[in-house]
Amino acid sequence: MSDIITKEQIRQPENLVYSKTKLLTDKALSYCPGCGHGTAHRIVMEVIEELSAQSETIGIAPVGCSVLAYEFMNIDMQQAAHGRAPALATAVKRLMPEKYVFTYQGDGDLAAIGTAETIHACNRGENITIIFINNGIYGMTGGQMAPTTLPNMKASTCPYGRDVATMGNPLKITELIAQLPGVHYVTRQAVHTPGNVRKTKKAVRKAFDLQKENKGLTFVEIVSNCNSGWKMTPVQSNKWMEENMFPFYPLGDIKVDGQLIK
Amino acid sequence: MTEEIIIAGFGGQGVLSMGKILAYSGIMQNQEVSWMPSYGPEMRGGTANVAVVISDERISSPVINSYDTAIILNQQSLDKFESTVKPGGLLIYDPNGITHHPTRKDINIYTIEASEEAGKLGLMKTFNMIVLGGFLKLKPLIQPEFIHKGLEKSLPARHHKLIPENEKAIEIGKGLIKAVQVL
Amino acid sequence: MKELRLMKGNEAVAEAAIRAGCDGYFGYPITPQSEIMEYLMAQQPEKTTGMVVLQAESEVAAINMVYGGASCGKRVMTSSSSPGISLKQEGISYIAGAELPCVIVNVVRGGPGLGTIQPSQSDYFQSVKGGGHGDYRLIVLAPASVQEMADFAGLGFDLAFKYRNPVLILSDGVIGQMMEKVELDEFKPRFTKEEIAKNTPWATFGKTDDRERNIITSLDLDSAKQEKHVTHLSEKYKLMEENEVRFEEFQTEDAEYLIVAYGSSARISQKAVDIARAKGIKVGLLRPITLFPFPKKPLAELAKQVKGILSVEMSLGQMVEDVKLAVECKVKVEHFGRYGGIIPTPDEVVAALEQKIIGG
Ligand SMILES: Cc1ncc(C[n+]2csc(CCOP(=O)(O)OP(=O)(O)O)c2C)c(N)n1
Ligand code: SF4
Repeated sequence: MSDIITKEQIRQPENLVYSKTKLLTDKALSYCPGCGHGTAHRIVMEVIEELSAQSETIGIAPVGCSVLAYEFMNIDMQQAAHGRAPALATAVKRLMPEKYVFTYQGDGDLAAIGTAETIHACNRGENITIIFINNGIYGMTGGQMAPTTLPNMKASTCPYGRDVATMGNPLKITELIAQLPGVHYVTRQAVHTPGNVRKTKKAVRKAFDLQKENKGLTFVEIVSNCNSGWKMTPVQSNKWMEENMFPFYPLGDIKVDGQLIK
Repeated sequence: MTEEIIIAGFGGQGVLSMGKILAYSGIMQNQEVSWMPSYGPEMRGGTANVAVVISDERISSPVINSYDTAIILNQQSLDKFESTVKPGGLLIYDPNGITHHPTRKDINIYTIEASEEAGKLGLMKTFNMIVLGGFLKLKPLIQPEFIHKGLEKSLPARHHKLIPENEKAIEIGKGLIKAVQVL
Repeated sequence: MKELRLMKGNEAVAEAAIRAGCDGYFGYPITPQSEIMEYLMAQQPEKTTGMVVLQAESEVAAINMVYGGASCGKRVMTSSSSPGISLKQEGISYIAGAELPCVIVNVVRGGPGLGTIQPSQSDYFQSVKGGGHGDYRLIVLAPASVQEMADFAGLGFDLAFKYRNPVLILSDGVIGQMMEKVELDEFKPRFTKEEIAKNTPWATFGKTDDRERNIITSLDLDSAKQEKHVTHLSEKYKLMEENEVRFEEFQTEDAEYLIVAYGSSARISQKAVDIARAKGIKVGLLRPITLFPFPKKPLAELAKQVKGILSVEMSLGQMVEDVKLAVECKVKVEHFGRYGGIIPTPDEVVAALEQKIIGG
């Protein structure tokens, strides 16, 4: 007997080890191959499926590469103007407090043009979850400098590297909003390895659970790659992220149960 | 003389830069030119194309929908642009990766095995210049000295040492162009 | 001889701004105009002319930086595309109210909302009829070539300072993204302190004993004063209408029909004129270069000569209203346009002329 299993055997239901959540549509993702956005989408949708909350969840898509998130997430969604997702989410949650409400935003959207909306939604302690994808660049528009671009990192609007003296320092918006009393849970995760994916999923689940308990704003940052904007292969970009992004944006919990982690 | 050209292929094949070198060379030869690309992130990994017009007169519309010449480097672009060549016009394509070949009988069709040749010679970086050579063989609109100047102007100074290599690729391209008979 | 280059419209306006003695650029990325800031950042004019280039956190911030810089008598500018220009409207209204000179570039894309990143001309109303709140006008320049993108940077600053008024360069994705031959002007020095004190004595550059303090504001709580201020603005706008109308005519001498089109639509329409003439249709083209002030008089003159006018725009029909006003309904005026990022072809323009004007 051969120990090589055939294609047909692999396809037997008992051999199924993974299937795509029904909360992701069949539409092909528009993200560049290797980009972290797709994995982050999957995690959020899997959590909502686990909570059996498809009918109970409203998502807000940003402007950025994930502007088309509503094409992929099989839930009711709204698409906000650039930076304004937390304002939309505020109203949705206030008008339908029984629903899960989340925003999904990039760093330009959340930490540049939308800084005011972000900080004030956090400060009001809105019972929403913010999923924040930090890739240190403007992916959608072709690789311009983002508020989170690292010092000396090159982007199309800082072709000689980010000069902090004239372009400002990278904004650690996550640490910043963690200071606000309205914010209950803040964590920073990644999705480039299976281990990180598991941790991120736990964090997203926790954020949604806390939202149900009306604990205040929950905030999950995902440090992610933008292989196109960084002009690297996906593999290079993940390595570069570990070596450069993680030291500046260390992974782990930042605020738990309303208490800052020292 | 007015020559309206579409150059189309995958992003990364050097489509836009081929158009730029052609347009810059036109300026060096004291002609009017326009270069109108498809643009935006939706082109990521997809097709890229650019319409180049070279003329003795002021150019009216830079946006055109029928062309004297189509230079085609992938199947999607062939499907999209074959029908846009003016009757009696010219279609040049690289047959590499093409499964549905052009069928029109009212235009002149040529192939250029540029990617195969570039691969053989290890000249992938100047693949687009091989293609340009093929075009210039059939339509010598621009004199070699102005192509040289066009290369000087379009390439950043640090790449000027690569100009002879580019010119060599153009010469190679001139030898690779083959007429196709549509039966 | 002037320097000849092959440039994108976006690059040309950026390079020309440096050469026009611009002191500061403030922007936020958006397609299809991000090359303007990218080009400026790569050129590093702070090392040559001393021009400041800053990526702001939003369009709202960028236009308010322009307000601040213009208040100091400096040549400052910003650029964006439609959604970003909408965000700037509040700031533009304040700048117009405070009578500040500046240049704003809009490389229009299709709307409404996030719309499409492809070219459009659907921001005409917003540009010439206000956009922000209150009674104000912008001088609106509509480039139809990369050369004009370059030329209008300098012209824009000149007009802005002449009238103490914001100037809008209303471009679109075609003009911004395409490359053409450009002749660049010589470098013009930035204003010196002395020039600022002399030419813009109203600016905030530090009160000295020999003058009253300068205040830049758009506020007047006394309605009588505010009415006087707005009357003053209206007189300025009248002067612009008298002195600054710019347009170009193409094959109008013997024209029996007329196309009116600006920007990239004018380029397409010019080709349409050639095609129609080859068919024996005597048609000409009037291209407004200033959209405010609008070339009303030349249009009214041509209306006496032609049997019908086709207004061609990449929109649902906005400029067509001004064309109708200019000719006072004395001749038939119709609109033809594609929108949502679709560019009309010259053949479509000819077909529209035949159906809507000649046949209709
Ligand atoms: C008002 C406005 N300004 C600018 C833009 C152009 N724009 C689209 S996405 C984007 C940046 C997105 O970057 P980020 O939020 O980091 O998300 P990513 O694309 O990297 O996922 C910008 C500036 C816009 N759509 N609207
Ligand atoms: S541009 Fe960057 S963020 Fe956008 S899809 Fe591609 S890799 Fe992802």
